[in-house]
Amino acid sequence: MQTIVIFGGCSAIAEQVARIYATRGAQLFLVDRNEQRLEDIAADLKVRGAEKVEYAVLDLTQTDRFDGCLEQINKALGGVIDVALIAHGTLPDQSACEQSVDKTLLEIQINAISTIALLTKLANQLEQRGAGTLAAISSVAGDRGRQSNYVYGAAKSMMTTFLEGLRNRLAKHNVHVLTIKPGFVDTPMTASFSKGPLWAKPEDVAAGIVNAIDKKRNVAYLPWFWRYIMLIIRHIPEFVFKRMGL
Amino acid sequence: MSEFQSWGCYPKVDQKGVSMSDRHQDLPKSDSAILPFGNGRSYGDSCLNADGVVVSTMALNRFIDFDTESGVLRCEAGVMLWEILDLVVPHGWFLQVTPGTKFVTAGGAIANDVHGKNHHLKGTFGCHVRQFELLRSDGQRLCCSAKENADYYAATIAGLGLTGMITWVELQLKRVTSPAIAMENIKYQNLDEFFSLSEESDQDWEYTMAWVDCVASGSNIGRGHFMRGNHADASVSLPPAPKLTLQVPFTPPISLINSYSLKAFNWAYYERQQDRVKSAVSHYEPFLYPLDSILDWNRIYGPKGFLQYQCAIPYDNGLAAMKDILRLIAQAGFGSFLAVLKVFGDKHSPGLMSFPMRGVTLALDFPYVESKTLPFFKQLDDVVVQTQGRIYPAKDAHMSAELFQAFYPQWRELEALRDPKINSSMWQRVTQEI
Ligand SMILES: Cc1cc2nc3c(=O)[nH]c(=O)nc-3n(C[C@H](O)[C@H](O)[C@H](O)COP(=O)(O)OP(=O)(O)OC[C@H]3O[C@@H](n4cnc5c(N)ncnc54)[C@H](O)[C@@H]3O)c2cc1C
Ligand SMILES: NC(=O)c1ccc[n+]([C@@H]2O[C@H](COP(=O)([O-])OP(=O)(O)OC[C@H]3O[C@@H](n4cnc5c(N)ncnc54)[C@H](OP(=O)(O)O)[C@@H]3O)[C@@H](O)[C@H]2O)c1
Repeated sequence: MQTIVIFGGCSAIAEQVARIYATRGAQLFLVDRNEQRLEDIAADLKVRGAEKVEYAVLDLTQTDRFDGCLEQINKALGGVIDVALIAHGTLPDQSACEQSVDKTLLEIQINAISTIALLTKLANQLEQRGAGTLAAISSVAGDRGRQSNYVYGAAKSMMTTFLEGLRNRLAKHNVHVLTIKPGFVDTPMTASFSKGPLWAKPEDVAAGIVNAIDKKRNVAYLPWFWRYIMLIIRHIPEFVFKRMGL
Repeated sequence: MSEFQSWGCYPKVDQKGVSMSDRHQDLPKSDSAILPFGNGRSYGDSCLNADGVVVSTMALNRFIDFDTESGVLRCEAGVMLWEILDLVVPHGWFLQVTPGTKFVTAGGAIANDVHGKNHHLKGTFGCHVRQFELLRSDGQRLCCSAKENADYYAATIAGLGLTGMITWVELQLKRVTSPAIAMENIKYQNLDEFFSLSEESDQDWEYTMAWVDCVASGSNIGRGHFMRGNHADASVSLPPAPKLTLQVPFTPPISLINSYSLKAFNWAYYERQQDRVKSAVSHYEPFLYPLDSILDWNRIYGPKGFLQYQCAIPYDNGLAAMKDILRLIAQAGFGSFLAVLKVFGDKHSPGLMSFPMRGVTLALDFPYVESKTLPFFKQLDDVVVQTQGRIYPAKDAHMSAELFQAFYPQWRELEALRDPKINSSMWQRVTQEI
């Protein structure tokens, strides 16, 4: 049976991914920081058919606790991780970050450093086994820096580049590395935004993630049209782009 | 305009929408009144809160526990009926009662105490709700059942969302031999025949209802197709669910329903079957949820929207009342594609304000046409009042305070248990001083 570990297991997108694996009868392990929510999600996944669901409560900025956490995960999943999904994240208040180095660095810590720390450890385990998938949710925001959102964008682009390198390293070891780049998704993270036609539902993005894992895709823009939107945005010359109010 | 509308897209109100995604949280704080909002499948204004806040429960959609031995399911209130069916059908269980669409939430099904094609045997949805948690705006959480907080249990079932937010529910499911339905479709000539078919079927057939040609008049009044079905034997394999789902992609600028399309459709629908009786084994979806295969079909009525008229009439007055109502509709040449007729049974609901009564119910849609629809409804209301019937709040956007208070004299008991921070457009309308 498949074993899945999800960091940021309470994320709205990740929860929908977990439901798909639960109906397939997988064994799941969730890591996030809200214990009550972890308990609720674990109960739901069991009802939906998961063979086993365990969780750990951890603030993922505490990189020094990753070894202990991974030990717990391996114990629960019998030492085999088929899919590791990294989904935790926060959407920074950009203007607050502009006024505070601490805030900016904390956002980079949550959205990039913690992910890189996790990937570093997980990569070695999967490399050794010579199998499995490492998937992480980056964002279209990492494709180009914009004034409204560049702290988040920079963290995501660090993640994207790191994943790209990791894929290059692990391909020969039969380890699949997937970079997930969603566009706008209607989740608690974006609760305060007004929604338009470009917005996707977490369950649809989740179906796209599982499909990309199953098909061993390298980079998945979700929904697919974001690949083309970002293609255009990336090709606007910088002397024009810098004057745009994006 | 609010993204939260009712199914009829009438009336249109300004309201704010917020979402609740954690059942352990308090209700959102607000200066104006709030109202729980499920999937907005109520037609009129019972799920609307003009100038207030609606609290969406769609993210409260986690299962909590499912005992595959006893068929007791506990889930959050925003779980939809289709999700429950997807989970329980493979284990040999089924919903005891389901309305004509699977796109409603468990919480919404309780708040309107919905009924289905098996009302004559199984009563309403509320009859099978073992317990639920009610969250009040002061933070109190009441576990409600027939034994515990029984007053809130009764007031919340068919309580139109007014007593508080249902956070989780516990349902008793029913064992079925098969999810497939062995059905018969009987083409019948007039209302008398409808009543005799109902009488003959109500003992042995779990699901019964009729589609009525609302254009037919004279001696043909009330003619239609009577459908009856039972869960098939275990040996019958489940036919595949129809794959094709259509969607009405956008709202056309005007209603596509007019007297010509109406006549043509009703005639074609009635005449589609030549034999009197046709038997088949069907997947439960097209049998129980025929309209769900066309997503967003409510858009065909155009931007002005539509209203549904659903009344129940005591059994003894049923034949006469239905004749009068259908005559008025045929004369006006105004109505909808299909009217639904069904005989209700006498199983008592725990809900204080439950709509069904031992009798017969008719439901049909009307496009909203200014200066036409509401005056026409007044004529129908007169028949309902004279025959001691009542109107279904889940479908209503027009009932006057006078009518409502006559139909539901127990409304003051609900008012006494209403959460002081909760209100709805409908409640404000129908509880005005008369
Ligand atoms: C195609 C179609 C067919 C239908 N067929 C039938 C039928 O056969 N029989 C029948 O009875 N009805 C039928 N209906 C009506 C529908 O079943 C009811 O209106 C149902 O209550 C809608 O549920 P909802 O989740 O969409 O709730 P909404 O319409 O959003 O809300 C309904 C009420 O429930 C309250 N509510 C919602 N969630 C909660 C909660 N968690 N706690 C407290 N209150 C809550 C709201 O405040 C509101 O008063 C049909 C509707 C459609 C569109
Ligand atoms: N929503 C979008 O439009 C969108 C678009 C592109 C990419 N993404 C990415 O998709 C991923 C999932 O986001 P989502 O939209 O599903 O949002 P979400 O529901 O808010 O999920 C984020 C989850 O991460 C958790 N988290 C945050 N910081 C943490 C920390 N330090 N330690 C442990 N857990 C932490 C959050 O917990 P708390 O609730 O306790 O904070 C929450 O459970 C994120 O990486 C996000 O950047 C989202």
